[in-house]
Amino acid sequence: MATNTGEVMLEMRNITKRFPGVLANDSVNFDVRAGEVHTLLGENGAGKSTLMKVLFGLYQPEEGEILLNGTPTKITSPTHAINQRIGMIHQHFMLVPTLTVAENVALGLKSGRRPLTDLKAVARGIADISDEYGLAVDPNVDIWRLSVGERQRVEIIKALYRKAELLVLDEPTAVLTPQEVDELFAILRDMRNSGKGLVFISHKLHEVMALSDRITVLRNGKVTGATTPAESDRSKLASMMVGREVKLAPDKPLVEIGKPRLTISNLSVDGDRGAVAVDGVDLEIRAGEILGIAGVSGNGQRELAEAIAGLRSVKSGSTISIDGKDVAGMDTRDRRNAGLSYVPEERMRDGAIGDFTVAENLILVDHGSDEFSARGMFKFAEIETHCSQLVSDYAVKTPSLETPTSSLSGGNIQKIILARELANEPSVMIASQPTRGVDIGAAEYIHSRLVDARDRGMATMVISEDLDEVLGLADRIAVLCDGKVMDIVPVEGATKEQLGLLMAGVKS
Amino acid sequence: MLEYLEAIFSVAVLASGIRLATPYLLAGLGETVGQRSGVLNLGVDGVMQLSAFFAYWTVLVHENLWLGIGVSVLVGLVMGIIYAIVTVFFEAQQGISGIGIFLFGLGFSDLMFQKNVGTPRFVKSLPDVRIPVLSDLPVLGEALFSHSVVIYGAFLLVPAVAWLLRKTTFGMNVRAVGENPQAADSLGVSAQRTRFIAILIGNVLAGLAGGALVLQLGVFQPNLTQGLGFIAVALVYFGAWRPSGVMVGALLYGLVAASVLQLKALQLIPRSYSDIAAMAPAVLTIAALVILAGRVKAPAALTRPFARH
Ligand SMILES: Nc1ncnc2c1ncn2[C@@H]1O[C@H](COP(=O)(O)OP(=O)(O)O)[C@@H](O)[C@H]1O
Ligand SMILES: [Mg+2]
Repeated sequence: MATNTGEVMLEMRNITKRFPGVLANDSVNFDVRAGEVHTLLGENGAGKSTLMKVLFGLYQPEEGEILLNGTPTKITSPTHAINQRIGMIHQHFMLVPTLTVAENVALGLKSGRRPLTDLKAVARGIADISDEYGLAVDPNVDIWRLSVGERQRVEIIKALYRKAELLVLDEPTAVLTPQEVDELFAILRDMRNSGKGLVFISHKLHEVMALSDRITVLRNGKVTGATTPAESDRSKLASMMVGREVKLAPDKPLVEIGKPRLTISNLSVDGDRGAVAVDGVDLEIRAGEILGIAGVSGNGQRELAEAIAGLRSVKSGSTISIDGKDVAGMDTRDRRNAGLSYVPEERMRDGAIGDFTVAENLILVDHGSDEFSARGMFKFAEIETHCSQLVSDYAVKTPSLETPTSSLSGGNIQKIILARELANEPSVMIASQPTRGVDIGAAEYIHSRLVDARDRGMATMVISEDLDEVLGLADRIAVLCDGKVMDIVPVEGATKEQLGLLMAGVKS
Repeated sequence: MLEYLEAIFSVAVLASGIRLATPYLLAGLGETVGQRSGVLNLGVDGVMQLSAFFAYWTVLVHENLWLGIGVSVLVGLVMGIIYAIVTVFFEAQQGISGIGIFLFGLGFSDLMFQKNVGTPRFVKSLPDVRIPVLSDLPVLGEALFSHSVVIYGAFLLVPAVAWLLRKTTFGMNVRAVGENPQAADSLGVSAQRTRFIAILIGNVLAGLAGGALVLQLGVFQPNLTQGLGFIAVALVYFGAWRPSGVMVGALLYGLVAASVLQLKALQLIPRSYSDIAAMAPAVLTIAALVILAGRVKAPAALTRPFARH
């Protein structure tokens, strides 16, 4: 893959950066050559963004030095970094939504027509860059009208317009659909081939394998390995990231498939804007079975989950039954009593209350039950025993049961939600994007817990945009496109290509 | 009924409506610039009181109207520097520090007045300048083109401020900083510097508004503005943060106020209702704000201090 790698453009030597109580970068060495993609891989909190913010002049390191094209350079501010031909695409977009594309590109640059802006000249420059790299975008539209993928293109154009030779992309794929990721990678490969140096930050292993020339792995602020895609594979990368052996796909024992537990027929649901989002869906999940729902986001997955959970009303003629009992007309509490549990996609909005403590979130649904309260008073001793048990069973990393939930990492919050939802041995579980934004270690744990519950006879629906996750977890896979089930296929023999076609609405 | 309409839709009401609208317009335009940069200034009214007093006092002593106008601008500038330091560098809560400025302006102008003037005495007021040819146009000529220089200036500022915000790099920086200061900062646009200047512009115009108000009347009294500055802040919301919108609001307000005055003068409003009628402009503004609420979005970073942490 590394074809024409050239001069070393950047060398970061022994960079150490501390925050109060955290050693974010511990004597890190990192370098980039012209014409390569050098990936920084690491779990959330490993120190990837910090290292790049040091490079971009946003933080000053306590120790270490930076060499640009061989010259030691102290980078004091983002403007200084930009002048050194360094471009950065931040994890959170740095765009002004109410300004046009051209205005966003022009911000901070000297105008040729001072004090007036010179947006026509900027638009011409944008058009040149668009042509060279296939980054199509209209310079005169406001940013807020653009899709996420288009906004990212604007970010890249912003850097290229400032003549960046070294471009840092901090988790650029986190918010993109698979198609947009492919388009982005094509652009990045073009830029690499034209001799630019790229730093790609990610924790998604298949992306790292697909794009990188070299890979440096960070863990807890330290470099724990350097490798290339040719010398490595996903599971080796995962263990370098996590520091132990990681199973990327859970072991799934063969279990006997039992009676139908969740039966959905002719389910139709309206979306937020009134148009039909789920259109006459029939599904059945049996005891001991995981049904994966694959699809490009926005094809009815969210509405399907919310309709089953009772958070969204269904159209007449739809039926949803759990263990033979029709629940379509029930409210959420009655559905839970009928055996349903739900791990929502928006975990901080629908799944947990950030200001509540870990213990409060763990008993959230059952806090009024006889188990945890008597005559309107909490039984604190019982609650503590129960919650301590769950925290240790699910390996939740929290300082205490009284810690505010919002201060935990995404993976730990998700474990809390899962612990609560599985505590009552539900007969049906709807899990929406169960490991999105969650560390590999926590994801592995969540997967194994879902499989355990399946082995005990739970019927599970796993909705995910991550095809690796669906292929690893599911027994059967239903593909949603435009609110309809395109096909349901057994996982044995299913391929990503086949699913990708179904997701795009192509029926073989 | 007809007599009411005749009274309201008269040339005299139009002319006095324009005059009454001017302080709102000046203060509102200034506040627009400040808010577009993300800074809410609730101290407008206090700045107007102060600049009105000092402009009046200057004219009282020196009998020079232009010196008075100059002093009002200077008072605005000084108050602007104070407010900018407090909100931009000390990242103070804008709502609270603005109210502080208001209370200071209200109290200090009163104190200075009692100490240095005592009983209100009239001074020269701003002379009308008839624009040749245009003011001779039939019907509206007199109403539109026979005003003081400050009034013409205020209305010319409407396209000028729009141009500043739309077409200049400074204006673009203001809009960027009011919406996403982090993004502007990442490209080397200093949010602090941009806001500082925007606040100065806003306060200078508020100062000028106070000067215009007092020198139109020709006399100062404690609490001269009677909350006019707060209406100007409301008009910025009404005008959807656009200079033209603020002008429409100011004119609407001025014309309703002028109509009420006219109806009172012609004794078409019974005495006992005159206080209620005097509230009409405020009620109308609130009604318009309620109707318009939620139609347009405020600058996303409005009232949010910025610092690179
Ligand atoms: N501005 C900051 N102040 C304090 N701690 C920070 C700050 N930025 C990052 N950290 C801490 O430094 C560590 C590394 O964070 P970061 O570089 O953002 O990780 P990554 O990008 O790899 O997910 C984390 O423990 C994080 O909490
Ligand atoms: Mg990061």
